[in-house]
Amino acid sequence: MKNRVKRQLAPYLLVLPGGVWLLIFFAVPMITMLSLSLQEGDIVNGYRFTGHWQTYVDAISAYQTQIVRSLIYGAITTIILIALAFPVAYWIAFHGGKRKSTYLFLLLLPFFVSFVLRTISWRQILTDEGPVVSPLKSIGLVGDSFHILGTPAAVIGGLVYNFLPFMVLPIYVALERIDPRVVEASRDLYADPITTFRKVIFPLALPGVFAGVLMTFVPASSDYVNSEVLGSSGTTMIGQVIQAQYLVNSDYPTASALSFVLMAVLLIGVFTYARMLGTEDVMKVAAR
Amino acid sequence: MTTPQHSVARPRTAPIAAGHPAIEFAGVHKNYLSHGETVAAVKRTDLAIAQGEFFSLLGPSGCGKTTTMRMIAGFEEPTAGTVFLDGKDVTHVSANKRDVNMVFQSYALFPHLNTYQNVAFGLERKKVGKDEIKRRVGEILEIVSLTGMEKRSPKEMSGGQQQRVALARALVNRPRALLLDEPLGALDLKLRQQMQIELKRIQREVGITFVYVTHDQGEALTMSDRIAVMNAGVIEQLGSPREIYEKPATRFVAGFIGTSNIVDGRVERVEGGLALLSYTAQDRVVVPVPGSVRPGEKLEVSIRPEKIDLHRGVPPVTATGGSVLSGTVTEVVYHGTSTNYTVATAAGADFTVFDQNASNADDLADRGDRVYLTWAPQHSYMIGV
Repeated sequence: MKNRVKRQLAPYLLVLPGGVWLLIFFAVPMITMLSLSLQEGDIVNGYRFTGHWQTYVDAISAYQTQIVRSLIYGAITTIILIALAFPVAYWIAFHGGKRKSTYLFLLLLPFFVSFVLRTISWRQILTDEGPVVSPLKSIGLVGDSFHILGTPAAVIGGLVYNFLPFMVLPIYVALERIDPRVVEASRDLYADPITTFRKVIFPLALPGVFAGVLMTFVPASSDYVNSEVLGSSGTTMIGQVIQAQYLVNSDYPTASALSFVLMAVLLIGVFTYARMLGTEDVMKVAAR
Repeated sequence: MTTPQHSVARPRTAPIAAGHPAIEFAGVHKNYLSHGETVAAVKRTDLAIAQGEFFSLLGPSGCGKTTTMRMIAGFEEPTAGTVFLDGKDVTHVSANKRDVNMVFQSYALFPHLNTYQNVAFGLERKKVGKDEIKRRVGEILEIVSLTGMEKRSPKEMSGGQQQRVALARALVNRPRALLLDEPLGALDLKLRQQMQIELKRIQREVGITFVYVTHDQGEALTMSDRIAVMNAGVIEQLGSPREIYEKPATRFVAGFIGTSNIVDGRVERVEGGLALLSYTAQDRVVVPVPGSVRPGEKLEVSIRPEKIDLHRGVPPVTATGGSVLSGTVTEVVYHGTSTNYTVATAAGADFTVFDQNASNADDLADRGDRVYLTWAPQHSYMIGV
C-alpha cells in the first residue's frame, strides 16, 4: 500500500525541482513584469498599479521603428545563417569522417570566450583604423567616407557570427541522422547527386533547419549587444531600447510593456511558422 | 586459402541461355585500405549469372559477398577486372545509370515519402509519364500484396510490409537484375519463412534475375537456383543447392553448409572405386573415390549427421562393407523432431549424429555410453573431388 502511494508520487517528486525553478524564475518575474507594465509613477515617487494600458499604445507607437528593424535584422540574419550553416553541417556530417567531433569542437571553440568580448573584438577589427578598413582605404578601393562599423551590415554580421553554431548544430544533427543507405537507395533509383540532394537529403534535413531557425531568429531579434557594440543610433534594436528604459531612464512600465510586446510578436511569429511548416508536412512539400 | 581457386569458381553446370549472362565478372578484384593496410575484400573472381536465375551469394560476414553485390550495383568500383551487365562493360558506370536495383538490408525506404511515392521514385527519375507510373505502381503493389497501402508512410508499416515496399520500389523499374542484401535478416522466423516463399513466387512471376546475398545457408538452399559459397574474398564453390550440400568442394563449404562430420585419414587400399581408411582393427571409413586416388594418400571425408546410424551393440553391418566407427557419447541434445548426439570417435574427430524421433520413445543412448556409428559407403564424400 505504502509502496503504491510512493510510486504514484514519484513523477510529481521528479518534476518538483524543475517546477519550482520555473515558478520562481519564470512565472514570478513574468507576473511582476506584467504588473509593472500597468503601473504609473516615477523612480522618485514610486510606482502604483493603475491598470494603465495606455503605456502599451505609447510604447508601440514610439518604438515601432526599432521593433520592425529588429525583426528585419533577425530575419536577414536567419536567412544568411541557413545559407552559411547548411554547407558546413553537410560537410561535417557527410565528409567529416573520423574527425567529426573535432570539427564540431572547433565550431564551438569561440564559445569559450565571452559573447561580449568576442563582439568587442569585432569592433577592433572593423573600426576605421582597423586591419580591414584602413588597407582598403590606403589602396583606394573605397572612399574616405567608407566605414563598416555603425552600419546595419556590421550589426547583422555580428549577429550571424555569434549565432552560427546554433544553426549549424541542429542541421548537422538532422543530416547525421540520415541513413546513408537511403542516400544510396536514391542513387540506385536513377537519381543523380543533385536530384538526390533536392529530393532526399534536403527534405530530410528540414526539421534541423526548422529547429535552427527557432534557435536563432528569436534571440537574434531580441539581441542588444551586437547593435550596442557594432552599431550606431541608426541601427538601434528593440533590445537596446528595453535595456535603456530599464537601466538608464528607469521607466520600468515602458520597459516592461516593450518586453511583452516583443515577446508577443515573437511568439505569434513562431507559432504561425510552426503551424505553417509543421516538421512532417514540410518534408513532404519539399520532396515535390 | 592462399591462391584463389579459379577452377572451382567456374560454374559446374552452366545453365546459361542464349545471349549474354545477366551479370558477368571477369577477374574482378577489390582492395580496401584498412588502418593503412591493403586488404582484399574480393580476390580475382570470375562469375557468370544467367538471365532469370535466382542466384545466391552465401558466406559468413566479411567474406566479400556484400562487396561483390555492391560492385554489381555500382556503389563500389573494382580495383581490377571488368563487370558486365547484359554483355555491356559497366565497370565505370555510376550506380544511378545502371539498370539494376537493390533491396537494402534495412530497406532504406525514404522516410518522408509514402508507399506510392517510394515506389514511384525510380520511374519519376526515368521521366516515365504520370499515367504510366500510376499503372505500373498499382500493378507492382498488387504483386507484393500491398494494394490499398499507397498513402501509408514507412513508419506506419510493419517490418514485413516495409520489406514489400522495398521490393516493389526496386521491381517496378523492371531492372536487368534485382540485388537483395540480406533482405529478410530483420524479420522474425515465421515472417522470414513466409517471405522466402513469397520472394520465390515473385521471382517466377516477374522473371527477373535475382542476386541474393545471405549468410543464412538454409535460406540460400531453399530459394536458389545456384549458390556461390564465398569465404575470405574467394568463391569456394559454385553450384546447385544439392551439389553444394551433397558434394562440398572444400572443407569450408562442408562445414558452412549444414552440419558436417569431417575425418582425415590415409588410404589403406582402393577396391572397386571405394577407398578404405582404417583407424583400428574394427574402426574404418569407406569412401567412393576417383580412379586417381592411390593407397597412402591423405583424404578428407565428409559425412552428414542425418546419414549416420547409431548402435549400442556391435552392429551387424560390419560384415557388409560400410563405414564403422566406435566411440563414446559426450552429449545428448533433444530437439523435438530429432535428438542430436555428439560422439568422440576412434577416428579422432567428434561426430554429430541426428536421430529422427520417429518411433523411438526413448533416446538411443545416454552420455558416457559406448556406441558404434555406421553408414553406407555412398554417404561418405571425399572433399575436393
